[in-house]
Amino acid sequence: MNLQDIASQVRRDIVRMVHGVKSGHPGGSLGCTDLLVSLYFKHMELKTDDQGQVVFDMEGNNEDVFFLSNGHISPVLYSVLAHRGYFPVPELATFRKLDSRLQGHPATAEHLPGIRIASGSLGQGLSVAIGVALGKKLKGDSHLVYVLMGDGEQQEGQIWEAATFAPHHKVDNLIAFIDFNGQQIDGPTDKVMNNRDLGVKYEAFGWEVLHMDGNDYTSLDTVLTQAKGLAGQGKPIVIITKTEMGQGVDFMMHTHKWHGTAPNDEQLAKALAQLPETLGDY
Amino acid sequence: MKQYPYTDKKDTRSGFGAGMTELGRTNPDVVTLCADLVGSLKIDTFIQENPERFFQCGISEANMIGVSAGLAITGKIPFATTFANFGSSRVFDQIRQAVAYSNKNVKIAVSHAGLTLGEDGATHQVLEDLAMMKALPNMTVINPCDYNQTKAATIASANLEGPVYLRFGRPVIPVFIPEDMPFEIGKAIILNEGTDVSIFATGHLVWEALQACQLLEDEGISAEIINIHTIKPLDTEAILASVKKTGCCVSAEEHQINGGLGESIAHTLVTNYLAPQEFVGVKDTFGESGTPDELMEKYGLKAGSIVEAAKKAIARKSK
Ligand SMILES: Cc1ncc(C[n+]2csc(CCOP(=O)(O)OP(=O)(O)O)c2C)c(N)n1
Repeated sequence: MNLQDIASQVRRDIVRMVHGVKSGHPGGSLGCTDLLVSLYFKHMELKTDDQGQVVFDMEGNNEDVFFLSNGHISPVLYSVLAHRGYFPVPELATFRKLDSRLQGHPATAEHLPGIRIASGSLGQGLSVAIGVALGKKLKGDSHLVYVLMGDGEQQEGQIWEAATFAPHHKVDNLIAFIDFNGQQIDGPTDKVMNNRDLGVKYEAFGWEVLHMDGNDYTSLDTVLTQAKGLAGQGKPIVIITKTEMGQGVDFMMHTHKWHGTAPNDEQLAKALAQLPETLGDY
Repeated sequence: MKQYPYTDKKDTRSGFGAGMTELGRTNPDVVTLCADLVGSLKIDTFIQENPERFFQCGISEANMIGVSAGLAITGKIPFATTFANFGSSRVFDQIRQAVAYSNKNVKIAVSHAGLTLGEDGATHQVLEDLAMMKALPNMTVINPCDYNQTKAATIASANLEGPVYLRFGRPVIPVFIPEDMPFEIGKAIILNEGTDVSIFATGHLVWEALQACQLLEDEGISAEIINIHTIKPLDTEAILASVKKTGCCVSAEEHQINGGLGESIAHTLVTNYLAPQEFVGVKDTFGESGTPDELMEKYGLKAGSIVEAAKKAIARKSK
């Protein structure tokens, strides 16, 4: 199955999960769907058994690992993890419900395979990913660490502590993404708190900076391949990933309104009509 | 009373440094991070001997906690080190989410806790860290009392799987705990057996409690001195056994009375066995500049205050 078809199912899952519990964050999830599908179904090297089934262990030795710093877009991560085989797809129906392993924001307390740290309080994931990257180096594991952050999240001070640390310590087995959708809760990022030119900032901090269209599979393929080629050359890598919040559901696009709003029944039907069912709904 | 003769005076942070030196030699998984306070934390030897296992973080404590959590994910045992104020209140949310809630094997090892850091004043004298840390699920909180105990606690922390907050200090104080005294996290140590009052002390107040014990004995009062080095999990069994024998107690700590060891003991007593308790600690106020000794005196943390508290507790016992 091609990546676009998997992405269509993931987008269906996202709107259905959020609708099912009348809460959660569809906008950023839909925008980052193509990136996560590209990573987990093509670009990341994941540990599998003889049958090709993914195997989860906390340490993530000898495989690539991914961290979601902007934990509020948990629906996309949960759907991608489930379809990749980390846990049963029907479990998506428990999202945000009592006794679920699928907490509102990713967590380790319930031992959901695929999750290695809690996130949700923004600004922390880059530091954690750096720690894992250092750990891999100490153990002689040449696999990569990926981390996704939001663009609004770049306003957190801790990000810039981490952004200073990584080049200083030559953490070059790290590829960070910024979900550059230009939106956050209170409006467009430029209006809420202008980040200015993030590429110029990261470059000044000592990062290798790449740009990518996060909703275009050709761009995703080219730039992810290029980024992997740049790993191991002394610099951490950041990819400013242009996405459209709400991508794939027309009425959720070009606005920040769907950052954290669930669709009602009618809106759900309208959304699903735009997203072909490809792998089967849970 | 049982005597604790000492020949040497040292700071507890040097006990931490000695523990780290030993861990550096014996446990290849131990890594250390520091936020521009290497000299203060006494980890020079660890760094010299294991340069590849040390990560200088600069003055970026939030990032240091996150990086530590990441290192722990890969199976390393990171010790994140700084001053107690900057390793607790400065980074509470980072500790809460990435260490405690995520249950990572991170050791937050902090020096200069409490009033006794002295002249730097209240900006640095954290007196609220035990309250914050004991409130976090999964967190083990340790406050050792001298050089030897701090060294033992450091090594024990590395051997415990899970988050630890290890708190020690700057002043040079008697080394009175025998080097070979067993140290078990969560297990209180009876330093002196007594019958009239139990004195539960932690950190720098343990030495003061022993001085108070002598002063009380001179007045014919028999005090049981119990060293609570682990604030959480609290050795409630030892506390209850002692109070059932003596009928009253004093808690003594270099921390706010609000949220400290004393509150944990009070909780234990209220829910199990009612008995009078008096609190020696800082009473809802910030510190100030001064020598450690002057500050201990002014804020009522010296042996004399413990003696007064003990007499008050004894007087409140129902006849
Ligand atoms: C430390 C912290 N402050 C505030 C919030 C509340 N919050 C959740 S998402 C969000 C906006 C994030 O914006 P962005 O990173 O651009 O993500 P997007 O809206 O594009 O999904 C905020 C403020 C939070 N989760 N953590």
